Amino acid sequence: MAEFILRRILQALLVLFVMTVLVFFGIHVIGNPVDLFASSECTKACLDEIMVNLGLDRPVWQQYLIFLGNLAEGDLGRSFTHGVPAMSLIWERFPATLELAVAALVLALGIGLPLGFYAGLRPESILSKVIMALSMIGFSVPIFWIGLILILTFSVYLGWLPAIGRGELVSVLGLEVSFLTLDGLRHLAMPAFTLSLLMMSMVIRLTRAGLREVMTSDYIRFARANGVPEYRVLGWHAMKNLLIPIVTVLGMEFGGVIAFAVVTESIFSWPGVGKMLIDAISVLDRPLIVAYLIFVVTMFVLLNLVIDILYSLLDPRVRLGAGAV
Amino acid sequence: MNRLGFAILATLALGGPTAALAQEVLTIGVRSEAATLDPHWTQLSADLQLQEHIFEHLVDLDSASQPAPGLALSWAPINDTTWEFKLRQGVTWHDGEAFNADDVIYSFDRLKAGIEGATASPAFQLAKGGKVWTKVDDYTIHITTEGPYPTMAEDLAMIPIVAQHVVPGKTPSVDFNSGAAAIGTGPFVFKEFSPGNRIVVAKNPNWWGGDPGWDEVVFRPVGEDSARLAALLNGDVDMIDYPPTVDLPQLEANENFRVSTIASDRLIYMMPSYRHIEPYITANDGSPMMNPLRDWRVRKALSLAINRDAIRDRIMGGAALPTRNIVPPGFFGYVEDLQPDAYDVEAAKALLAEAGYADGFRMTIHGPNDRYINDARIVEAVAQFWTQIGITTEVDTMPRAVFFSDLIRGGADSFAGFNSPKFSMSLTGWGTVAGEATYTVSGILETYNAATGGGNGNFGRYSNPSIDAKSVLAKQTIDRDARLALLQDATRWGMEDYSLIPLHFQVNKWAMKAGLEHFPRTNERTLATEVKRVD
Repeated sequence: MAEFILRRILQALLVLFVMTVLVFFGIHVIGNPVDLFASSECTKACLDEIMVNLGLDRPVWQQYLIFLGNLAEGDLGRSFTHGVPAMSLIWERFPATLELAVAALVLALGIGLPLGFYAGLRPESILSKVIMALSMIGFSVPIFWIGLILILTFSVYLGWLPAIGRGELVSVLGLEVSFLTLDGLRHLAMPAFTLSLLMMSMVIRLTRAGLREVMTSDYIRFARANGVPEYRVLGWHAMKNLLIPIVTVLGMEFGGVIAFAVVTESIFSWPGVGKMLIDAISVLDRPLIVAYLIFVVTMFVLLNLVIDILYSLLDPRVRLGAGAV
Repeated sequence: MNRLGFAILATLALGGPTAALAQEVLTIGVRSEAATLDPHWTQLSADLQLQEHIFEHLVDLDSASQPAPGLALSWAPINDTTWEFKLRQGVTWHDGEAFNADDVIYSFDRLKAGIEGATASPAFQLAKGGKVWTKVDDYTIHITTEGPYPTMAEDLAMIPIVAQHVVPGKTPSVDFNSGAAAIGTGPFVFKEFSPGNRIVVAKNPNWWGGDPGWDEVVFRPVGEDSARLAALLNGDVDMIDYPPTVDLPQLEANENFRVSTIASDRLIYMMPSYRHIEPYITANDGSPMMNPLRDWRVRKALSLAINRDAIRDRIMGGAALPTRNIVPPGFFGYVEDLQPDAYDVEAAKALLAEAGYADGFRMTIHGPNDRYINDARIVEAVAQFWTQIGITTEVDTMPRAVFFSDLIRGGADSFAGFNSPKFSMSLTGWGTVAGEATYTVSGILETYNAATGGGNGNFGRYSNPSIDAKSVLAKQTIDRDARLALLQDATRWGMEDYSLIPLHFQVNKWAMKAGLEHFPRTNERTLATEVKRVD
């Protein structure tokens, strides 16, 4: 186990290094941030001064070495526009994104699992067909459109839910969360649902397919022959095998949801990191963009590690020994 | 469970209206979010707009962008190179300390010394003309310049004043965003800065300007146009800036809402480039040709071929003011008799033929697609108009992050140290922030000169010595009538030569609940002090 984790961490460092090279040099090809920040009255001398102030007057490779040096000290640089360390901006906003992603995950499982189960048990019923058709729609309709339709329906016509922002916050163990207040839940409902749609559709389809396969297998038949009650056959024996693909896929998907909640966050003005990334890109706030991407890569690597460990707990056949990479 | 639900509902029902009576709160949904409260950090308008609620300048700009007394009560030149500013007495900072000349001197010095890491401080406004400032007494300041300097008040309207007893020792930007250094003299006091979600300011009861009108103002960033509109429609916010132009007719017809309108100072224009060979202009068979845009008849033909009224009505939802001026009506330097060119395809074709381009040529025009209102659609329309007169025009639009760098210095240098644009013809904009044309004439009509700052926005590198002479002289002429004549002459010559092809001034709109009235300003800012309750 220890060896496995160590190797994973080394791999991660390599990935991170390659990523910083790609991002850093890639981003320097696009435009010059000073042209966006400076007032149109700023003369050549004034522009040059800003370039020096931001260190943009040096050659790119020099800037990269400076960046690496700072990175080694744990300093990811300071946002151009905010004038605040980039990491502190990310941490400040990350709880909002995490909350949104977790809420979406809970919705995806809470709604997706039962629906998928039903569709798997009674594949021929009309309701099952409706469920499967809806899951198809969930896959294919753009999030952007769904978000706007939800806003139009629930905020503008019905007036039930607020259209923008995050609700009242409560501090739990130093983390600001909004799902514990009524106001917070009202704000959370639409973005979380929008963000969960893709995952939900996936859960439905995976559950249904998995269940249909598992139900015909020998161990289920033996369990029934042994007189194990049906709820236990389904809820325990079948469920355990069903969960393996779901955990894998959701684990991967969850990282994506956190990293790229951009669209949902933009539509609902959710104050998360995704929206911050969009703002940063539009004004070429290079340190913030780079810091965010490094953050996301680190998160993905960690998530994959967690999935591997979870995997071994769910399925004793998977061993995290020397053989498993 | 049910009981709990009822209890919550009951509290909400009782709590809501009472709270509203006690507190006058204005919630504004804004398109762009402020990133810093340090007024010396950036020049991004989202930041400046918010900071203006907290910090003030020696000189205010009124809603027509004309100078008005701010922290300075009066100013006048005492000789050719010295301006005297008399400060307002009895002004206090938000923490109760008295404001005086030391704060002004400190603010100027802070900018001059430079702030490490600041992206774009307004320091260049102080560098212009070689300004040197001295304190005469607690409420008098002298500013001397190298030569006569007429636009002193306009420059100082761009320099926010921070507190000498607060800011030293604080971390720039960081401590402002936390509120520790966000202590100004303005109508509102810092209350909460929750990035991405809300920024709250509260009434400054001791403001020298009287009651700012609201107990609390909440700014909520809603970048998505339709979401911002939805937030207004369902009551999440009381007012929004930049309502989507396609929805304007419905909003204006709806009696529950009200739309405020004003022509802004932002000129939208097509900028030709003047190199002998242009990368994006070729003959019809694709072979290189001498740049036809160097012939003023071609430029005039291009201008005549554009139907500006159609752009206003079909693309801008009415929110544009077609023009042939470079500053909007009411600004110092506006030329009354320059009226927008009438749409005349036949005359345009005749001019092209006269210039020797009866068969037209090929051209690719460029523009941003996320900077100005409907920018990409305007470029597409212009391309269609020009194709109609025989110039096969293609369109390439891009995000501003890419566009502006290419516009400013993307091209191969024609001369050493003479950055040239990548594009041959592009759509761009110019805002006349200070309400007068001196720096607009100098910025977009004067020949590019890195040393003096002339032609700073003249990326096409148009050059006309007679305009340069007028412009340079205007920058040193204190007498208003004489300066006005110089600026108007320069503008008239530039426009008659079609150095650039003006399209329109953007007309800005705000949408709000019917119970509010907004007195908008030309410089695009949304200020809570300019919103009143009318019900």
